[in-house]
Amino acid sequence: MTGTPVIVGLEVHCQLDTQSKLFCGCSTDYRNDGPNTHVCPVCLGLPGSMPVLNKKAIWYAMRVAKALSCDVIHESEFSRKNYFYPDLDKAYQITQYDKPLAQGGYLEIDGDEGGIRRVRLTRIHVEEDPGRLVHMGNAERGKYSLVDYNRAGIPLIEIVSEPDMRSPKEARKFLNKLRATLEYLGVFDSEKEGSLRVDANISIAGSERVEVKNITSYKGVEKALTFEITRQKNLLRRGLKVERETRHFLEARGITQSARSKEQEHDYRYFPEPDLRPLHVQPWVAGITLPELPDARRERFMAQYGCSMNHARTLTGELRIANFYETVVAPDPKGLSAPAATWIADTLIGELNYRGISLDAVDAERFTALVRLIKDGTITDKSGVEVLRVMLDQRMKNEQDETPSRIVARLNLARTAGDAHALAAVITEVIAQNSKAVEDYRNGKNGALNFLVGQAMKKTRGRSDPGELNRMITGMLSTRGA
Amino acid sequence: MVLSEIEFEPDDRYHAFLTICRKAPCGDGKLAGIAVAVKDNISTKGIETTCASKILKGYVPPYDAHVVELLRQSGAAISGKTNMDEFGMGTTTENSAFGPTLNPADTSRVPGGSSGGSAAAVAAGMVRMALGTDTGGSIRCPAAFCGIVGLKPTYGRVSRFGLIAYSNSLEQIGPMANTVSDVSLLMQVIAGHDRRDTTSYNQPYRHTPDADIRGLKVGIPQEYFGAGVDPTVAELVKHAIFRLEELGATSVPCSIPSMEYALAAYYVTCTSEASSNLARFDGVRYGPAADTKKSWHDAYRDVRKTNFGTEVRRRIMLGTFALSSGYYGKYYAKAQVAKENVKKDFARILADVDVIAGPTMPTIAFTLGEKSDPLSMYLADILTVPANLAGIPAISVPCGKADGMPVGLQIMGNHFCDERVIDVAYAYEQAVVS
Ligand SMILES: [Zn+2]
Repeated sequence: MTGTPVIVGLEVHCQLDTQSKLFCGCSTDYRNDGPNTHVCPVCLGLPGSMPVLNKKAIWYAMRVAKALSCDVIHESEFSRKNYFYPDLDKAYQITQYDKPLAQGGYLEIDGDEGGIRRVRLTRIHVEEDPGRLVHMGNAERGKYSLVDYNRAGIPLIEIVSEPDMRSPKEARKFLNKLRATLEYLGVFDSEKEGSLRVDANISIAGSERVEVKNITSYKGVEKALTFEITRQKNLLRRGLKVERETRHFLEARGITQSARSKEQEHDYRYFPEPDLRPLHVQPWVAGITLPELPDARRERFMAQYGCSMNHARTLTGELRIANFYETVVAPDPKGLSAPAATWIADTLIGELNYRGISLDAVDAERFTALVRLIKDGTITDKSGVEVLRVMLDQRMKNEQDETPSRIVARLNLARTAGDAHALAAVITEVIAQNSKAVEDYRNGKNGALNFLVGQAMKKTRGRSDPGELNRMITGMLSTRGA
Repeated sequence: MVLSEIEFEPDDRYHAFLTICRKAPCGDGKLAGIAVAVKDNISTKGIETTCASKILKGYVPPYDAHVVELLRQSGAAISGKTNMDEFGMGTTTENSAFGPTLNPADTSRVPGGSSGGSAAAVAAGMVRMALGTDTGGSIRCPAAFCGIVGLKPTYGRVSRFGLIAYSNSLEQIGPMANTVSDVSLLMQVIAGHDRRDTTSYNQPYRHTPDADIRGLKVGIPQEYFGAGVDPTVAELVKHAIFRLEELGATSVPCSIPSMEYALAAYYVTCTSEASSNLARFDGVRYGPAADTKKSWHDAYRDVRKTNFGTEVRRRIMLGTFALSSGYYGKYYAKAQVAKENVKKDFARILADVDVIAGPTMPTIAFTLGEKSDPLSMYLADILTVPANLAGIPAISVPCGKADGMPVGLQIMGNHFCDERVIDVAYAYEQAVVS
């Protein structure tokens, strides 16, 4: 993305991880239950029901406000956003309009051009989630839709940024940092399905602004914005104008699509919710103690465990990972902090992402054991990866899971290094079978040595250390050559 | 609690009821064995609750309104659900989708509204007491027209939980009965804090009426005796105030200049809130079902067009317009300013006097069909809406008859001085009876 600057602002909606809904006592733990099982007269919008504010949700939102340096305003209030839609039981959403809970504040990310990019925040407010439509068939041609109100009334926090980001990548970084911050504050669980929704505003400097709605994943934000920039630049290149409009992101196809014009003409007829009193919660701010936040933890990981900047950033980028790392190294911080950092940041996260599973699937104690096996030389790095994969696969398939040393024993992965005789035999065999490579090596072709080491690795099924093999082969060839 | 049942087999010749509970359970307590009628916009578990609208035909709430829970706990028998103007929108009870209620004092006349069914049931002696709701006079108007007592409590004194909202910021549930003592008794049961209505206050009512009003200062606003008020009605009310003076009160003239904008502020506020409150009636979850073969917006439109009455549709349109972008500041926001001004005027006057008195309604009950144009009907609310805008308690107590029809004396007091208002009404009632 070079050339004309790109301007991005985000509106992020996150479900606050409270026990009960925003305006009633229904449980928020609905994901494993049948439709319409977590409902009551209030969240079904039955005639005569009235909202009662869940103070915990406000408290959570205020923790966020404080962590992001926002000003909690003296008097905030709830308003009704009126529109008809079948997932909206009251035909209005209780949200905050001209008197939001907090204003201002910022979030700092690593800018694309190095240095720190400070993204200013416009406001933070609290609102209720609508229900959910389940389309039978696809949305356009499905025969009918069913509505599930389990989600109706789940508290959401909406965080609106200023248009301070300059690329899709920065938008992604902003989201990741925001997620980490909310998780560190204990008010959000990013692993719950549908807990995050993002609307993005994007424009190419000098052109109209386009709003992209309906983005539901961290990756999706980067994808949607990248698509939009290409689309908008193509329009401009052809001498056309970018129209100011709302577009939907179709996650599966990775494209954005113009919303029907009807939807853009919405007049939400906001007015103050007469069933709730205005909020005067500013005095609560002083009583909020913030936990260690991602930036502080990153600094501490570098100072306390000697992590590199990159490792520290990865390890503290998600609460689960940071906690996992500290649990893993706890038995022996001095010995384990370096190898554990590498193994978690460079290997484990990739393996988890590849499988699409959560860190919760990994037992910290067993991971410590694995790191120890690698560190004390019982197994090679290559075997370490193999053991880890077996551990994860067993978890995924819900099989009886074995300890790392049990896996090492069963698969006979223990390093053969100790057995110099056996290794020497293998090398002798390799040298005998690859006379061409041996000759090349003697003629000064260094690539030939790598080939021989690889052949030896193959014969030991990866249990030997490449460095050691390298030394031994070099040694043997020089002896024989003499 | 001893549970028993009372048989309720009334002759409902005035069409006061939409639902009659012929066998109603009752128990021990303050209202043991007393039949209480409940306006049909108050949710009653297991008893159909329609707001006199076709759009809620067949809707049986799965829960009781807070006040209904309290009635049951105090031993009362819920004897039925009373007729009303659809969703409370009217001053005559003629806007019921199920036909009008007649005034027991003269069946060619309306009982007033919107709590006309409750007032008629009490006036006809079918029940000893009833619950009404009052958004702009809906308890006091029918009380005046039918010759009974009706109190609109201070806003927040009675929980609205379970009351099917028309205009949340203005309405209150209140007691209606033949005597001030019974109104006071019912108030003892229904008032107080409810955590499910966060606009309710922890101000229980434990009062027994006291007829001693010596030293009481009564404000008499000139606007309550001006143009549009029937001279015969004005005479009767002035006479009633004279009786209060005989009992030891002194009257002081006063003025409520903000009255000029009260009616406009009232109608903008209530129609705006109603347009939002009534949006949920879409045929998806209750009431007559939407046609699921159609697209959802066509189905919504048809259900709402077919099942809302003319006046309800008119008010939804008015309110939708008043809230729409570009007009909000001109209408809704201005109405809130006018509302504040009314509040301030009352606060100023009530700093000097204990209560304010005047007629409840400018005229006696209209004949059926008389108020056929909406505007003249809206104008009839001019003397009752100020108390709703100010949020203060107001009672209507019978003070004689004009042309054979009852006339109501209205007494308004300061916030949470419902007791004072009841005392004054009681003193007047006792003086007239004895
Ligand atoms: Zn609920």
